[in-house]
Parts: sequence; structure tokens; C-alpha cells
Amino acid sequence: MSSSAFPTPAPAADTQLGHPAAHLLMTRHRFRWWEALPWIAAIGFYFAFPDYLGFGTELLIAILFALSLDLALGYAGIITLGHAAFFGTGAYAVGMLAFYGIWTEPMTGLVIAAVAAGVVGLLSGLVLLRTNGLTLLMLTLCTMALLQEGANMAHDYTGGFDGLPSLSIAPVFGVFEFNPLYADTQYLYTLAVLMICFLFVRTLVYSPFGQSLTGIRENLLRMHAIGSPVRRRLVVCYTISAAIAGIAGGLWAQTNAFVNLSAFDLDRAATVLIILILGGYGRLYGAFIGAIAYMALEHFLARLYPTAWQLGLGLLLVLIALFARNGILGLGDVLWRRYGVRHAAS
Amino acid sequence: MTETRLETRALSRSFGALKAVQEIDFKLDAGARHALIGPNGAGKTTFINLLTGVLRPTNGSVLLAGRDITATTQAERVKLGIARTFQINRLFRGLSVLENVCIAVAERVGAAPSMFYPAGRRTDIIGESMELLETLKLADFARHRVSELPYGRQRLVELAITIGLKPAVLLLDEPAAGVPSAETHIILDAIERLPEDIAVLIIEHDMDVVFRFAERVIVMVGGAVFAEGTPREIEANLQVRAVYLGQGHGARRD
Repeated sequence: MSSSAFPTPAPAADTQLGHPAAHLLMTRHRFRWWEALPWIAAIGFYFAFPDYLGFGTELLIAILFALSLDLALGYAGIITLGHAAFFGTGAYAVGMLAFYGIWTEPMTGLVIAAVAAGVVGLLSGLVLLRTNGLTLLMLTLCTMALLQEGANMAHDYTGGFDGLPSLSIAPVFGVFEFNPLYADTQYLYTLAVLMICFLFVRTLVYSPFGQSLTGIRENLLRMHAIGSPVRRRLVVCYTISAAIAGIAGGLWAQTNAFVNLSAFDLDRAATVLIILILGGYGRLYGAFIGAIAYMALEHFLARLYPTAWQLGLGLLLVLIALFARNGILGLGDVLWRRYGVRHAAS
Repeated sequence: MTETRLETRALSRSFGALKAVQEIDFKLDAGARHALIGPNGAGKTTFINLLTGVLRPTNGSVLLAGRDITATTQAERVKLGIARTFQINRLFRGLSVLENVCIAVAERVGAAPSMFYPAGRRTDIIGESMELLETLKLADFARHRVSELPYGRQRLVELAITIGLKPAVLLLDEPAAGVPSAETHIILDAIERLPEDIAVLIIEHDMDVVFRFAERVIVMVGGAVFAEGTPREIEANLQVRAVYLGQGHGARRD
């Protein structure tokens, strides 16, 4: 949501729509120039750091995963600590099909990952979303733990604790192979998938449906009182969010050519939450900023203090929680507004 | 003007041994302006919750335009035309005033489930919402976040959201509660300018508001209707004065 000044609206025949508030609502879904920046940066990264494309791929997957969480947590206000349940489902769907040679085509593989994770999201959502707050939080954790334990126990099919190594994934479009040494294909493929998913999520959050999700986040009881089928909306949102998380998991399995139980880890679910809070939730680009910030921090702090780098991360999170509730982007908003005001005054 | 919009028959609700609402027969015609008064704990809010479907009655029925709606959910009743405001604001505090109303209007016109076009393209919804804000003299605040508004204006947004649902029956739960007296007139003016056809029931503690607004007053005590009449009759009723206006204690019906 832009906070910049509006152009003076033209004297429209319909005076209501000429009002700045109406103008803002009517135009805020439009693409702005700076929205090209992340994509330009991503393509720039490809040419500038050919040796780091493996890292870059991981970063893009983290962004996609955080984006899926943003839809559920940031927009609809569904408090979850178990989003890795869907990441893992997607990863294992792709991994098992590839390992047993049933299905190795990558793009349709992601569709299958999305459907599998979506189904898990739908079924668990139907039960979980009757609750809220701490109960909901615990239940999302439980779902994830159950799936992880299930994957562990079904080791005849999933490889149990060891996971499934050396997945063979077919080349993209039958041409571009996933080469474990040079991650070119992985990177560009992941970037393309991220872009498609991003455009989808972006459309969704600016749609009337997205607006009603925001309403649910802002005031659940009011949404009931205006006749909104709240639970149905939440289940739909949760399912879509789960499907996207499943795609992220599928990408992870494909680009790493293995799956293991870490796909379902609490650690993973917590990390994606931290990324979103760091970047700023409920604002689309928070996922991008958060993932970059987190990965960069991890990289540099781990160099400085290999044994205790998470201490630095913890301190930063405390600072964010105390002084920048809306994450880095929220902080940017505040600074931008101050700067803007000073400019307007001078 | 005699078409009955909302009706209850022997409507009752108990919480364990407590009979919060007992056998209330009540009628609200199109265009009616009724007030519901009574001491704290008289069951007024429980009664409203029964009308809106937040609570299920233990006995009795609720009818809307002659149709039994006792078994319908809250959301269904809103679609059928029963809207309410809350005693304590329930607003989308982080969103603009205009967006608050837009969300309600979008829900009413059935746009809210749409996923694949921008909400900003529904200029019909935005235009209607702006128009509503203008009639409530809120247009100057349309861009403001609700949380930035003074409380009196927030109460007005509460009203705007409800009117945006185009209700046939409007239940106002203490619309002026918590509003500084200097701002009360804003709310009252808005209530007086409501479309005439709407059937309105207002719960209010402020007797000035009740006497200014209502054509008919219902007094609830201990979950039951204790007295009913025109504001003048109620004012003159000594028993009511004893129970409600705070003179004397323990006036009971039975």
C-alpha cells in the first residue's frame, strides 16, 4: 500500500469517485515502477554471481515459502507455526514420485505437489480453522509433527530418517537439465515459478476476496456481523496458501535432488515465520526483504560467530519486535513518511 | 407502514438456571422506531443476540417478514436483512474509513468471493460507499485510518458499515455509548436521518436519546418485558421510574 501523495484527481463527473480515498482504492492494485526491482535484481544476480546460484535458488524458495505464509498469516491473520507441513507434503509428493520413477517431469510435478499440499491444507483447515489463537497455533504444530512422524514411520516408502537421495528429475521442457554442479537451470526455473506464484498471490490480495481476508484479520466478529462466511473464506485461503507452500517444497526437492525429514521441521516453520516478521507481514514484498535479510544475516553472522550466530539473529528480532512491529518494510514506511513530510514542509 | 418486519414469539433463553430472556413477544414494523431500555443485566444484549442469531433460543421463535428464521445462522440473517451495531466498536481499525464501508458493501452485493479481478475495479461499490460516507458527513475522513479517528466518528463508521448492508431491520446497541457528550449530536443526527422505511430498534441508557428518538419504548427487567408504551407513558409510569431511573431497590415483577 503506497503512502505517497496522490495526484490531484481530475474533476470527474462522478464526484464520489474523484475523492482521494476512492482514488486510492481504485488504483492501488496497479503495478508501480519499483515492483520491477526485485526481478531485475534476481536476473542481475544470475549474471553477477554465477557461483552462488545454488544459494540464490535456496533464497528464491525461501521467498516463495514466506509468500505462502504471508497469505495465511499476513493477510487472513491465521496464526500458524506449522506451515512446514505443506512444504514437506509438497517435497515428499515430488520426491517419492521421482524416486520410484513414477513421475519425473518437473512442472507437472509441482502441480502434483500443489494439489497434495492443498488437500492436506483443506482437510486440516476444515478442522483447525474452527479454533483460533493459541489453540490454532498448537494444532498447526501438531499437524506438522504428525506428518513428520508419519513420514518417519513409513520408511519403506519415504526412506524414513535418511530420506530419499539422488532423485532423478527430468529436464525442464525436456531440454534444460538440473546439473548439481551448475545451478543455472535450477535458479532460472525457480525464479520463473516464483514469479508466476507471486503474480497469482498479488492478484488474490488485491481482489475483493483478498479485501475480505484483510477484514477477517482486522475484525473477525465484524465480518460475521456483515454476513461474511468467515470460516469458508479462511479454509479457501489456507488451502491456497498450503498449495503454494507445497510448490515451494516441491521446488526444494527438485533442485536439491533429495528429500528428508527436515522438510517437516519445526525449525523450517519457525524460520519462515521469522523471515516474514523480519521483512514485514501482510505486504507482499515483506517475504522478499525478509528472506534476503535473513539469508544475508545467517551468512555474515555465521562467519563472525560460527558457534553463536543465532544470538545475533535473536537480538535483531528483539529489536524488530520492540521498535519495528511491521518489519523492515514497515520501518521503511515510517522513514519514508517522515522524509516526505519534511520535504513537503520545506 | 404496518407490515411487520421482525417478530418474536415466546422467545426465551436460559444459561443454566439463569433465565436471561423469558417469553418475549415482540413486534417491529417497517419504519418503526423502538427503544429497548432496562437496568444492567436485564437481558437486552442477550435479546439482541437472539435476534441476530449469535445465540440460539432455548424456546420460542424469531420471524422475519413472517418467515421463521429461528434456525438460520448469523450470516444468513444478515443476508435476509437484519443488521446490527455493537456496543463496543467492532471496526477494521487498520483500514481506511472508506475501505471499512467497502468491505461491507462488497459482502452485500456478493462481490467478496471474487478472486481474479482487483477490488478497485468495482467502482460501483466504491462509489456507493463514498456516497454513504457523504450522507453521514464522514467524507472528509474517508482516507483516514479508523484508529486515527476520535471515538465519536468511529461510532459513526460503525453505523455506516451497518447501513451499507441495506438492512430491513436495524438493531443499534447503545450507539452513543462512550461518546463524549459534545459529540453525541453527531450520532443522533445520523440516526434521525436513517432511511424511513428501515425498522429500527435501539438499546440505550441515555434517556434523552430514547425520548428524542423512539416512538415506542420497551422496558426489560429480569429477562422479561416489564412495561411498554410511548415515551410519555413510560416516563409517567412510576414503577418504571422506580426500577429504571434508580429510585428504590428490588422492584420485581413477580
